[in-house]
Amino acid sequence: MNLKTTIAGVTLQNPVMTASGTFGSGMEYSEFVDLNRLGAVVTKGVANVPWQGNPTPRVAEVYGGMLNAIGLQNPGIDVLMERDIPFLRQYNTKIIVNVCGKTVEDYIEVVEKLGDEPAVALLEINVSCPNVKEGAIAFGQKADALYNITSELKKHARQPLIMKLSPNVTDITEMAKAAEAAGADALSLINTLTGMKIDVHKRKFAIANKTGGMSGPAIKPIAVRMVYQTAQAVKLPIIGMGGIANAEDAIEFILAGASAVSIGAMNFVNPYSTIEIVKGIEDYMKKYKVENFSDLIGAVEG
Amino acid sequence: MKQKQTATVRSQRQLAAQIFDMWIETELAGEAAPGQFICLYPKDKSTLLPRPISICEINEERTALRIVYRITGKGTTEFSVYKQGDTVSVLGNLGNGFPVAKGKEKRVFLIGGGIGIPPMLQLAKELQAQKQIVLGYRSNELFLHNDLERYGQVYVATEDGSAGTKGNVMDAIRENGLDADVIFACGPMPMLRAIKRYAEEKKIPAYISLEEHMACGVGACLGCVVKTKEVDHHSNVHNARICTDGPVFEAGEVEI
Ligand SMILES: Cc1cc2nc3c(=O)[nH]c(=O)nc-3n(C[C@H](O)[C@H](O)[C@H](O)COP(=O)(O)OP(=O)(O)OC[C@H]3O[C@@H](n4cnc5c(N)ncnc54)[C@H](O)[C@@H]3O)c2cc1C
Ligand SMILES: Cc1cc2nc3c(=O)[nH]c(=O)nc-3n(C[C@H](O)[C@H](O)[C@H](O)COP(=O)(O)O)c2cc1C
Ligand code: FES
Repeated sequence: MNLKTTIAGVTLQNPVMTASGTFGSGMEYSEFVDLNRLGAVVTKGVANVPWQGNPTPRVAEVYGGMLNAIGLQNPGIDVLMERDIPFLRQYNTKIIVNVCGKTVEDYIEVVEKLGDEPAVALLEINVSCPNVKEGAIAFGQKADALYNITSELKKHARQPLIMKLSPNVTDITEMAKAAEAAGADALSLINTLTGMKIDVHKRKFAIANKTGGMSGPAIKPIAVRMVYQTAQAVKLPIIGMGGIANAEDAIEFILAGASAVSIGAMNFVNPYSTIEIVKGIEDYMKKYKVENFSDLIGAVEG
Repeated sequence: MKQKQTATVRSQRQLAAQIFDMWIETELAGEAAPGQFICLYPKDKSTLLPRPISICEINEERTALRIVYRITGKGTTEFSVYKQGDTVSVLGNLGNGFPVAKGKEKRVFLIGGGIGIPPMLQLAKELQAQKQIVLGYRSNELFLHNDLERYGQVYVATEDGSAGTKGNVMDAIRENGLDADVIFACGPMPMLRAIKRYAEEKKIPAYISLEEHMACGVGACLGCVVKTKEVDHHSNVHNARICTDGPVFEAGEVEI
């Protein structure tokens, strides 16, 4: 049985990775999970300089999911490269660094520094960051802005680029096509859906930032739909995520057209989720006599 | 080592209005320390996040943990109906706990406010010191004061004056003319702010246990931060993670 999958020329030992921001840089969960068993570890978004992030409360529970507004707190690219990459390099897993920024120049600076680090296999570009020049509208919410940042970063990146799409758009395929046309090597989706929660007893917002990104099992049907539509619209490999809790959820994304999957909020519920899902995909392939994982990608019928 | 395990409820009883007292059997008791906490996961699938609860007491054999908690919402309501033999998923042991050695042979205040009282019990058991235990409640629905009386002198304050000093824990300290060289405290933010100011005036160290909404409980999500005076070693910004760098901080290190 062959669990290998390939994203933009990079072969992963299996299709299960961690969703950015839910797994730190792997260190915290390495007490629970053998990182050698993961297809890839995707790190928390990192910028050119340290970011303080938002005030607290930053997280809230909602029915079947959660909201977060961490505000992309991160230690800056230099600390990531000095501390976190050497830690991850000890493991037999691919390293994917998630990148954020407020201007195109911020992103370029990070992407160029990472170009000097051969241990980093792929870059995942978070375009849900506030674009300060565009009045804090995210780079990923306008097709032309997404096109521009993608083509700009392609000029500076040494590693293949995964553009991580925001679901907070009218037509996800329009965004996917813009990224493809600009030279993106892969797509990952979905990032969180913008939500809100109000505590009616205190008459206060549950999250200091008022709005927060929703994730967890409740968003899964939306994510599966978007992965399917995107797979129909572009040729790029897709990393699917959004509410994956078990192997069946992961396979749903794969049948919809994802070449790999990321596990996010469910790490918080079950720190062993990722390896249990690897095992579950194996069991599924055994049960249905699937020899190559790649035969499952986009294999939904009808 | 941190682990997620299935624990078995050994006993459960109600201590006061909305306040419950549960013993759970778990291997986590083996390495638990005062001021650390565990996360409990409700079974209700509409809930997602773990509920952080302080370790109140560890049994002599180190096979069970006691937690004392207030009903606040979905999760704690579910926990409160658990019966002997029921199981519950727990993640632990989390956080750094109180630096017990800093209080050794000193005059110490152990200050607990409301649902911040529980972690004071195991601390009082382990601390070798002259213990002055100051407890703040809303009303005369007291809890854990009897357990704590076995380990030191207990002073009570109630908001409505129905027991002990009328007012808060600081009022009780003043009214009883108490003094200390070190403070350990857990409770609501206004109380912790008052303790921080008091400790600064008296130039004594205060170790305070903080609370914040958590998602992972293990330092990965950056949900549970507190502002710090200096740049934090891990985050490289003025934020520390309460779940891993805390929940106990020296009051001077944090901006609350
Ligand atoms: C380190 C630490 C130790 C704690 N120790 C105790 C204890 O010993 N006894 C006790 O009664 N309570 C304690 N709390 C508070 C306890 O975590 C909350 O009361 C509990 O999570 C409420 O859950 P719920 O489902 O009943 O409420 P809901 O309102 O339904 O919870 C919704 C969400 O908000 C979170 N939440 C709600 N209130 C709080 C809060 N005050 N702090 C953190 N998260 C919250 C819940 O975990 C959950 O994710 C502690 C909190 C922390 C951070
Ligand atoms: C606490 C938290 C932090 C996140 N941080 C980032 C981030 O830094 N960069 C990013 O691209 N996505 C971030 N995400 C989004 C996730 O990577 C993922 O796209 C989303 O949560 C959907 O997956 P899930 O439902 O499995 O969590 C974050 C999500 C959560 C819950
Ligand atoms: S709860 Fe995730 S870092 Fe503390």
